[in-house]
Amino acid sequence: MHRYLIRRILQALIVLVLVSIVGFLVLHLAPGGPAAIYANSPTMSAEDLDRLTHELGLDRPVPEQYVRWVGGVLSGNWGRSYRDGRPVREVVLDRIPATMVLMVSAFTVAVGLGLFTGIVSAVRQYSLFDHLLTFGSMVALSIPTFWLGLMAIYVFAVLLGVLPPGNMGTIGADFALGDRLRHLVLPAATLGVVMVATWSRYTRASMLEVIGEDYIRTARAKGVARGAVILKHALKNALIPLITLAGLQLPLVFSGALVAETVFTWPGMGRLFVDSIGYRDYPVLMGLLMLTAVMVVLGNFLADLVYAAVDPRVRLS
Amino acid sequence: MRHRPAVGSVVVIALLGLGAGFAGGLRLPDPIQIQMGHKFAPPLTKGHVLGADELGRDVLSRLLHAGRISLTVGVAAMLVTVTFGALLGTVAGYFRGAIDAVLLRITDAMLSFPPIFLLLALAAFVPPSLASMTLIIGVTSWMDVTRIVRAQMLALREREFVQGARGLGASGARIMLRHLLPNTVGIIAVAATLSVARAILLESYISYLGYGIQPPLASWGNMLNNAQSYFASAPWVAIFPGIAITLAVTSFNFLGDGLRDAFDPRHVLPQR
Repeated sequence: MHRYLIRRILQALIVLVLVSIVGFLVLHLAPGGPAAIYANSPTMSAEDLDRLTHELGLDRPVPEQYVRWVGGVLSGNWGRSYRDGRPVREVVLDRIPATMVLMVSAFTVAVGLGLFTGIVSAVRQYSLFDHLLTFGSMVALSIPTFWLGLMAIYVFAVLLGVLPPGNMGTIGADFALGDRLRHLVLPAATLGVVMVATWSRYTRASMLEVIGEDYIRTARAKGVARGAVILKHALKNALIPLITLAGLQLPLVFSGALVAETVFTWPGMGRLFVDSIGYRDYPVLMGLLMLTAVMVVLGNFLADLVYAAVDPRVRLS
Repeated sequence: MRHRPAVGSVVVIALLGLGAGFAGGLRLPDPIQIQMGHKFAPPLTKGHVLGADELGRDVLSRLLHAGRISLTVGVAAMLVTVTFGALLGTVAGYFRGAIDAVLLRITDAMLSFPPIFLLLALAAFVPPSLASMTLIIGVTSWMDVTRIVRAQMLALREREFVQGARGLGASGARIMLRHLLPNTVGIIAVAATLSVARAILLESYISYLGYGIQPPLASWGNMLNNAQSYFASAPWVAIFPGIAITLAVTSFNFLGDGLRDAFDPRHVLPQR
């Protein structure tokens, strides 16, 4: 168990280092460099530009910039936003709760629904339900999330007028749970559709594989009731590979959240990212890129831990 | 052939391809000609089968021309993805050891970034064009292909025909090219169709957000760019491009699924 843990921790650390390098390179490949946005300002003289470049440390060799930046990040200094000068850490952490609300609610509903439909589909393989679900989930995976959001807004907000077309809560009003929930419905549903499809497919596949195993047949032969077999024996074993799936899905959930946040003007990390690109606000972009990647690495690590805790075979290998 | 959705997909894709390919030839209104008199014409009026958008441009015509762009980016990006991914996967799977470990970690690192975040960051920094879109989508999508090719390489390299080739003195490169790769074609084909689907989807995301294909050139994604504002006056502007994207992506996905079933000898198709 210890060897497995240590191995996983080392791997995660290496990946984190690589992530930081990739992220840093990506943002410094920008033509004109981070100071480009200031260079376009007509009031900026050449000396001012040079001074600014020097102050921001942009005239040092790239590897040195990287080291300074990493040092800064680890000590809590993520730089300042180019847009309004606020500390990046503050700006980014401000937006996390909104995104978390969206992701967690979409995730819970999606996994619940996905597991349920996947199980039913597997148990009733080749039935009408199964075929409809398989076809449906394939289509659901192919729908562009932002278009689904647009259609949802059109149907529910414009045509029917029952749900609000965006934002986290009615602007100007105080916090009210019902109001917040109403605003949450469409974005979370839009984000969740794709996730339901994925989870449904994987659950179905995993269940089918498990149901075909000998020990299931033994349980039935012993006379265990069908329901108990499905839920107690099959499901428990089918869920194991799905733990890894949860970890692997994490980057996609962030991506989906970005799109959903843009369509529904949800004040989260994704929308901050899109806005910051417009402003060429490199420090914030870097912060967001790194934060999401780190969260993904941690998420996968956690998934691996849970997996090891649940499946003894992994620990002993 | 028994896999009906896959066969259907081929038909749809063929139709889309023909429609896009001959978009210029069909007698349709000019897709970039602005006709303010036709602004927001509903479908089937004023000679616009699918209506007109906010500048009076014909939606159907733009849809087909945009199809050209979106499909081209999809297929081209797939080529980049598959080439790069297969290369890395082969090297990692064949040489194993340190090279494999390093490549694997790099793959993991790239996979840790949410795709759209990375894509957007790159898209914002390169001048938008067909070529640049293709490149950045390709460069951020190779990880899945690498993984499956690597897995296949690991499985195949111990087989007898490889040992035989090595025994006869074949060099590493020769083994990889002439023995291992041809046996991986099936898997790569499946990954390729799925990656076209993904590429079309990604292109539509970036274009919708405004960082991809720029107007007046149409892509399915950027046709939806301002659709939100026109719900009240012209919902068809928002509906049709999305249907086109969904249709194309679904078809490629089903095709990929069908190919996967066709190549997998263990899979049993449902009895009719």
